[in-house]
Amino acid sequence: MKIRLIVAVIGLVSYVSGCTTVKEYQKNRINDAEMDLSTRKVQKTELSFQSYREGASGANGGKTGGGCGCN
Amino acid sequence: MKKICLSVLGLYLGFIQAFSQAKDSSQYKSRKLSIEEINLVSSYYKQDGSHSAVEGGIGTQKLSDISNVIDLKLVFYDKKYRKHSLVAEAGLDYYSSASSDRIDAKANSSASSSDIRVYPSLSWTMENEQKGRSLNLFASTSTEYDYQSIGFGAAYSQKSKDRNREITVKGQAFLDKVTLIRPVELRPGGEDDENYGSASRNSYSGSVTLSQVVNKRLQMLFVAEFVQQEGFLGLPFNRVYFKDLSMRAEHLPSTRWKLPLGLRASYFLGDKVVLKGFYRFYQDSWGLQAHTAELETSLKLSPVFSLTPFYRFYRQTAVDYFAPYAAHETSEEFFTSNFDLGDFNSHFAGMGFRYVPVGGVFGVKHWNMVELRYGHYTRSNDLSANIISMHVRIKKP
Repeated sequence: MKIRLIVAVIGLVSYVSGCTTVKEYQKNRINDAEMDLSTRKVQKTELSFQSYREGASGANGGKTGGGCGCN
Repeated sequence: MKKICLSVLGLYLGFIQAFSQAKDSSQYKSRKLSIEEINLVSSYYKQDGSHSAVEGGIGTQKLSDISNVIDLKLVFYDKKYRKHSLVAEAGLDYYSSASSDRIDAKANSSASSSDIRVYPSLSWTMENEQKGRSLNLFASTSTEYDYQSIGFGAAYSQKSKDRNREITVKGQAFLDKVTLIRPVELRPGGEDDENYGSASRNSYSGSVTLSQVVNKRLQMLFVAEFVQQEGFLGLPFNRVYFKDLSMRAEHLPSTRWKLPLGLRASYFLGDKVVLKGFYRFYQDSWGLQAHTAELETSLKLSPVFSLTPFYRFYRQTAVDYFAPYAAHETSEEFFTSNFDLGDFNSHFAGMGFRYVPVGGVFGVKHWNMVELRYGHYTRSNDLSANIISMHVRIKKP
């Protein structure tokens, strides 16, 4: 498990370090609304029910505390 | 139901009307406080299953939830031309739950058969666009009949000089209070015993987010989060039946840490397709390990209309304290029969569309966008759900 995690982190770092500099005028695709990396507002209730119905939460814009999940 | 629909429709039309009377403020970086946008998200969620935690891992999990959240974003610039954004949000959920109804003996008529959750929040962000940094402070509350929560936090973001990289550090805390409503059999005074008492549940989390533009078509985001919880972390009305068929309320440790690590990427394929992927690894101190993988595709059928099919796979192992109905030993210190903490896989698939017409939705110029999304959820331990959500955005053209 640790080995897989280390490989993933090394892969991520090497990929990001190989990034090209993108100028503002070249960002017409990057700035497209569909490219937004954050979760969209329409997914708000989905994130909420997933955090109640599943044991894992966090790292996705949803809440990691504050709420009952009583039902 | 009809009244709720009419109220929501009235609310939409009211805001559209309010915008139509607003003066033109197209002046570059006007320092005046102005409404930037209003968002309304409405959802209907319905589930059914046969492993109710309230009844010790057996019984119906039928539940429905109607959720409405509205937020108002106000913007102004200070003397140094730093952008200030204020977001006021109010949420209201109404849910009815067949399993919660079994806390008391009188099914379909007990106080716990339905509830309303109210959750307002306030957020302030100050952004220095020249220096690429921003500071965000936020606070929230959530109130249900048997649960209160107060949350607050802060975040700081810094962009790189070329604006291709951003790092965000965030900290937040939730201070909750659980009303200790036990199953009716465990209350000394029976059903009329309302001396419930209460207990605290506090959650603290810190996260670091790194986003990176990789090239003209690809950007990625990595999130590492650490959560520490302490206090009463179970639910007081969840029953657990032991091998000898004796019954007690769920009992779980009073501390729990969680470590979710997330990776998100979006890629523009050709001119009309956007692929968005998400992967999360999760581990906590109760022995639960989970993997989440999600892929969403945005198909741009026209410059203003997109279809968004999606699929999400989730897998978790059970917490160390989980066993199904009548499988726990009475000698165990911690025990739960809540199948949400059991071993399962889940699949969530569906489709959405997004419509952002130039002249406004149905020609209403301030009605900037409408998005509709439907998803079907199945869990390998016999639970299924459907959810439909709509997002309406009102914005100055």
